[in-house]
Amino acid sequence: MSGQEQQKNAGGRSSVARVACKGVWKLFGDRADEALEAARAENLSKDEIRERFDCVLGVRDASFEVYEGEIFCIMGLSGSGKSTLVRHINRLIDPTAGEIHIAGDRVDTMDEAALNALRAEKIGMVFQHMALWPHRTLAETVAFGLEVRGVPKAERRKKAIAALNDMELGDWVDSYPDELSGGMQQRVGLARALAADPDILLMDEPFSALDPLIRRQLQDQFLDLSRKLGKTTIFITHDLDEAIRMGDRIAIMKDGVIVQTGTAEEIVTAPANDYVAAFVDNVPKGGFVTADQIMEPATGTPPGRSIAADTPLDEILATFAEDQAPLAVEKDGNTLGHVTVGDALQALGGKEDT
Amino acid sequence: MDIWNIFDTEWVPVGTWIDQVLNWLVSDFRFVFQAIKVPFDIVLSALEDGLTGAPDLLILGLIALIAWQAGGRRVAVVSTLAMLAIGLMGAWEESMTTLSIVLTCVFFCALAGLPIGIAAARSDRVWNWVRPALDLMQTIPSFVYLVPVVMLFSIGNVSGVIVTFIYALPPLVRLTNLGIRQVRPDMVEAARAFGATKKQTLWKIELPLAMPTIMAGVNQTIMMALSMVVVASMISVTGLGQMVLRGIGRLDMGLASVGGLGIVFLAIMIDRISQSLGQPSRERGHQHWYRTGPLGVVTGFFARPATTGQGKETAATPPNSKTDGKTQA
Ligand SMILES: Nc1ncnc2c1ncn2[C@@H]1O[C@H](COP(=O)(O)OP(=O)(O)O)[C@@H](O)[C@H]1O
Ligand SMILES: [Mg+2]
Repeated sequence: MSGQEQQKNAGGRSSVARVACKGVWKLFGDRADEALEAARAENLSKDEIRERFDCVLGVRDASFEVYEGEIFCIMGLSGSGKSTLVRHINRLIDPTAGEIHIAGDRVDTMDEAALNALRAEKIGMVFQHMALWPHRTLAETVAFGLEVRGVPKAERRKKAIAALNDMELGDWVDSYPDELSGGMQQRVGLARALAADPDILLMDEPFSALDPLIRRQLQDQFLDLSRKLGKTTIFITHDLDEAIRMGDRIAIMKDGVIVQTGTAEEIVTAPANDYVAAFVDNVPKGGFVTADQIMEPATGTPPGRSIAADTPLDEILATFAEDQAPLAVEKDGNTLGHVTVGDALQALGGKEDT
Repeated sequence: MDIWNIFDTEWVPVGTWIDQVLNWLVSDFRFVFQAIKVPFDIVLSALEDGLTGAPDLLILGLIALIAWQAGGRRVAVVSTLAMLAIGLMGAWEESMTTLSIVLTCVFFCALAGLPIGIAAARSDRVWNWVRPALDLMQTIPSFVYLVPVVMLFSIGNVSGVIVTFIYALPPLVRLTNLGIRQVRPDMVEAARAFGATKKQTLWKIELPLAMPTIMAGVNQTIMMALSMVVVASMISVTGLGQMVLRGIGRLDMGLASVGGLGIVFLAIMIDRISQSLGQPSRERGHQHWYRTGPLGVVTGFFARPATTGQGKETAATPPNSKTDGKTQA
C-alpha cells in the first residue's frame, strides 16, 4: 500500500505515524533463530515450523503503522497472534526479527531503564482479564505506574482519584477489585491505563470478557473518551463488529500474518482474499456499499430520479421503499448509470455485480 | 574370598570415606564452623536471656497481646490458656528455652529460606539444584546428622538450633518457591507493562500475592522445629525436650508427660499465632493491621478526633454508589 493511500485511509486524522512495526517476526522456542532463517528462505507454514524446529509461530513478518490519534484495530480469531503482536509494542515480548518504532524511537533496541520509563509514561495497557491486583485498592492499583516512577504518595493518589472519577468510580477509591462487577473492573483497568496520561493505549480484547450490554456501554464510553483525549490506540478484538465500531482502520490477522489492513469500508467492500471475505460475509453492508459500486453502467436516457454516486446502500433501500422505479446515479452532474431494486437487494445479500 | 557370602566384605567403604572427610573438616576447618555458630549464638542468647529473665507474667501478657493483634480475641484466649497451662505445670522455664530455640531457628530459616525460595522460583536451573538438596535434607533421618553436627559444632543449645535449622528449612523454601510460581502470570505482566522493574514487581506484586503460601511454609517450618525438640535434646539441648528425654531415661512417666504436654501447648500457641499472620489483610475486613486488635484500640483512641473525615470515609465507603448501583447492579 502506498504512502498516499495510507494518508487517505487515516480518515482525516493526522498522518504522523506514532507507532510502527516493520517486518516483525516472533517464534517461540529454543531454536527460534534457526527456524526464522528456514521459514524466511523456504516460506514454511506454521505447522511445518512446529514440526521441524519445535517452535510456535506467533507473528510472521508483520508491518503496520498507527497514526497519531487514531484507533487501530487488530482483528483475528483466537490464536492468530494478536496478543503476541501487541506485546511487541511495549516489548513485553522481544521480537525474533524486525523493528518497532514509537514516535521515532526504536523500542526493540532500547535498554531496560528507557523501556521502563516508556512503559510507565508513554504507554497504557488494558488486559482482557483485567489483570487487577487483588491486594491493592483501586487507588493503589491506578497509581501503580506513578508509584514505580517514584511520584510522591499524595500526588499519585490525587491523580489516581482523578482517573477513577473520570471512569465514574470515585466512590470506590479505597475498595478492592473483587468488590466490583466485571464492567466496573475493566473501567478500573482503563483508569489505570490513563492515569499517567500516556500517548498510546494498548488494549488487548478489553471488552471480550464482558456481557453484551456492558460491552456496548463501555465501547460507547471509550469512543467518547477517545474522541475527547485523542490517544493513539491499538485495540485488539476477535469480534469484527467491534472492530468496525471502534476502528478507524482495521488489520486482519490469520496464523500470525496480517492479511489485510484498511478502513472498515475497504475491508467489507473489497476483501483481500477468501479468508477475509468469509469473515465479512455476514456484515450488513448497508452502511459501506455505495451507489456507484452497485449500479449498472448506462448511457441511455436517465430515469426520473437521481442520487449521488456515494449514497450508501441503506439510503438507496429507503428510497426504494417509497418508490421502486430505478434511480440514476450522478456525479458532478453526469449520469454514470442506474440502480434498480434488484441491484440493491443483490448487494444487500452480499453479491456485488459491478 | 567367600562367594557365598560375598557381601560380608565391605567393598565400597562409604563409612570410612565420610569419617575421613569429617575428620579433615574438623581438624582443618574448625574455625569456619565456629564462625558459623556466632550469629546463631548471638540471636539465641538474646532471646533466651529475654524470655527466661523477664517476669513470667509479663511474658504471658505479651504473648496474649501478640496473639490478639495477630489473630483476634479467640486466638488470644487459646494462646493464653495454653501458656497458662504450661506455667501451672511448672514447665515455664523449660518452655521459654524451647521457645527461644524455635524462634531463633525460624528466624534463620526465614533469612536463608526466603532468598533461596525466591531464586528457585525465578530460575528452573536453580530449582533443579535446590530440589534434590531439600529432598535429601528431609529424607535423611534427623538422628544421622546429629553426629556430624556434634563433631563440627560440639554440643549445646546453639548446635541444637543448627540441627533444627537444617531439618526445618525445606518446607519454607518449597512453599516460597511454590507461592511465587503460582502468582498469575498476567499479574506480573501487568506490573511490567506499567514500568515496574523486576525488583519492584517482586516486592510489590509477587511477594504479597505469594504471602499466604509463604506463611503456610513458615508455619510448617515452626512445626518441624518443634518436632525436633526431643531429638535435639540428645545433644544436650535444654528445655522441654530434655524433660521428655530425662523422663524416658529414668522411666519417670510424670516428667516425660509434663515435657510432652508442654511441647503440645507450646505448639498450639505458636501454630495459632503464625497461622493468623498468614491471613491476608483482606480477611480482616480490609483494615490495616494496625487498625485492629490492641493496636487498633490505641491508634483508634488517638486517631479519632484528628481524622474523623479520612478514617471514617475509608471504613464506610458505601457499596452502592450513585452511578454504579444503577448501571452495573
Ligand atoms: N509464551 C508462548 N510460548 C509459546 N507459544 C506461545 C506463547 N504465547 C503465545 N504463543 C502461541 O502463539 C500463537 C498466538 O497466540 P496469541 O498471540 O495469544 O493469539 P491471540 O491473542 O490472537 O489469541 C498461539 O499459537 C499461541 O499458542
Ligand atoms: Mg489474545
